Amino acid sequence: MLSKRVIVCLDVRNGRLTKGIKFSGNIDIGDPVESARRYYEEGADEIVFYDITASAEKRGIFLDVVSRVAQAIFIPFSVGGGIACLEDMHAVLDAGAEKISINSAAVKNPKLISQGAREFGSQAIVVGMDVLAVPKTAAIPSGYEIVIHGGRLHMGLDALAWARQCQELGAGELCVNSIDADGTKDGYELNLTRAISDYVSIPVIASGGAGCPAHLFDALTTGHAQAALIASIVHYGQYSISECKTYLSDHGVCVRQTW
Amino acid sequence: MLGIVDYGAGNQTSVRRALDALGLSATISHDAETLSSCEGLIVPGVGAAGQAMQQLRSTGLDALLRDAVNQGKPLLGICLGCQILLEHSEENDTDLLGLIKGQCRRFASDLKEEDGRPAPVPHMGWNTLRNVHTTCSLLTNVATEAFFYFVHSFYVDPDPSQIIAQSFYGHAFTAIVGHEGLWGVQFHPEKSGRPGLQILKNFYRYCRKEDRHAQ
Repeated sequence: MLSKRVIVCLDVRNGRLTKGIKFSGNIDIGDPVESARRYYEEGADEIVFYDITASAEKRGIFLDVVSRVAQAIFIPFSVGGGIACLEDMHAVLDAGAEKISINSAAVKNPKLISQGAREFGSQAIVVGMDVLAVPKTAAIPSGYEIVIHGGRLHMGLDALAWARQCQELGAGELCVNSIDADGTKDGYELNLTRAISDYVSIPVIASGGAGCPAHLFDALTTGHAQAALIASIVHYGQYSISECKTYLSDHGVCVRQTW
Repeated sequence: MLGIVDYGAGNQTSVRRALDALGLSATISHDAETLSSCEGLIVPGVGAAGQAMQQLRSTGLDALLRDAVNQGKPLLGICLGCQILLEHSEENDTDLLGLIKGQCRRFASDLKEEDGRPAPVPHMGWNTLRNVHTTCSLLTNVATEAFFYFVHSFYVDPDPSQIIAQSFYGHAFTAIVGHEGLWGVQFHPEKSGRPGLQILKNFYRYCRKEDRHAQ
């Protein structure tokens, strides 16, 4: 049986792993290649790298990280952040990534999804969605709205309708990130995760809010997600990936336990 | 030296990186002379069967692969490179290399997982093997419960004598096809962690052994 996936998310800034701290900017938390190797050894099913480098000139540094990661780990990994056109997609796939994650660029230019899917196959295109709970209106019947720029810009787009549109345009997967849950460690936004998982036929990755292995269990069962994204709970040694997986397996979720 | 056949269809560099990490020598090539001098061939591949076959025919690599297999050179096809070893694919009604009896079929769109949840196509992610031929040299030192990484919408449906291992997605399907010396794996060993790397290592060892026998 196809296993559920545990995906580790790494933010990369100027070629270094980084952690955003509210009001105080970013702190350096290490070498992304070394971390990728460690998570690979510990049993991550997939890794996603987000380039949060501010300037386009530093893009080369990030691509160098991608190609060094590709030489160090032998599981699929995806790359997001700053990808706005087919050339950007080419560059990260050539550097060795399996998948491209696009977010605000897809909202601004949905054709990017279909172009990418045609060029590289749907399996290579992950659409990341940042979602905020809002009062239900005629324009946002689900009460979940697509936002960009970390939640600062409301797009007037219903998350369910957008999810369906992404699928029709050829997205292979959706990474559904709840802005409300992100950083809380109180668990994933399960209603949102489930609503979108049930509304599309492509795999959904739950994102935002993981604080303990039980939260992953909830996302993969109640939330109907195929995969759960984790970051800080493993970055700071609070839990290991194998602890997360053992918990999932002990509770009847099919996960990859031998690697 | 292993030859990774370059016919413009994809993931040859990720296969190369995996072999590099294992310290196994390999060359990516479309040159007949170079490939002929290799002890074994790996046929990678992502994309559509029709395009892949067209590329192979236009470069003459289709004949090279058939000759190599007929002369007993070990060959490992990966993903699309596994599918094209068969006779025919439903994907755009494509004739394949015909090295292994059987067809390539598309997963139905209404598949259900064992727990009743929909099983969308492509089959993408980590899955296990079942009904494994334990004598297969490709699977030496590979744990029976190991997971492998799959990404595919078509699967091989070979002559039953050529099924080495199955996997399950909506129904049982062939994950490893062929026989000693001619193998196709539907999953990506280069992306399947340690068990996948072990398969590449096993293939390399098999090729070296054949070489010694030949001398």
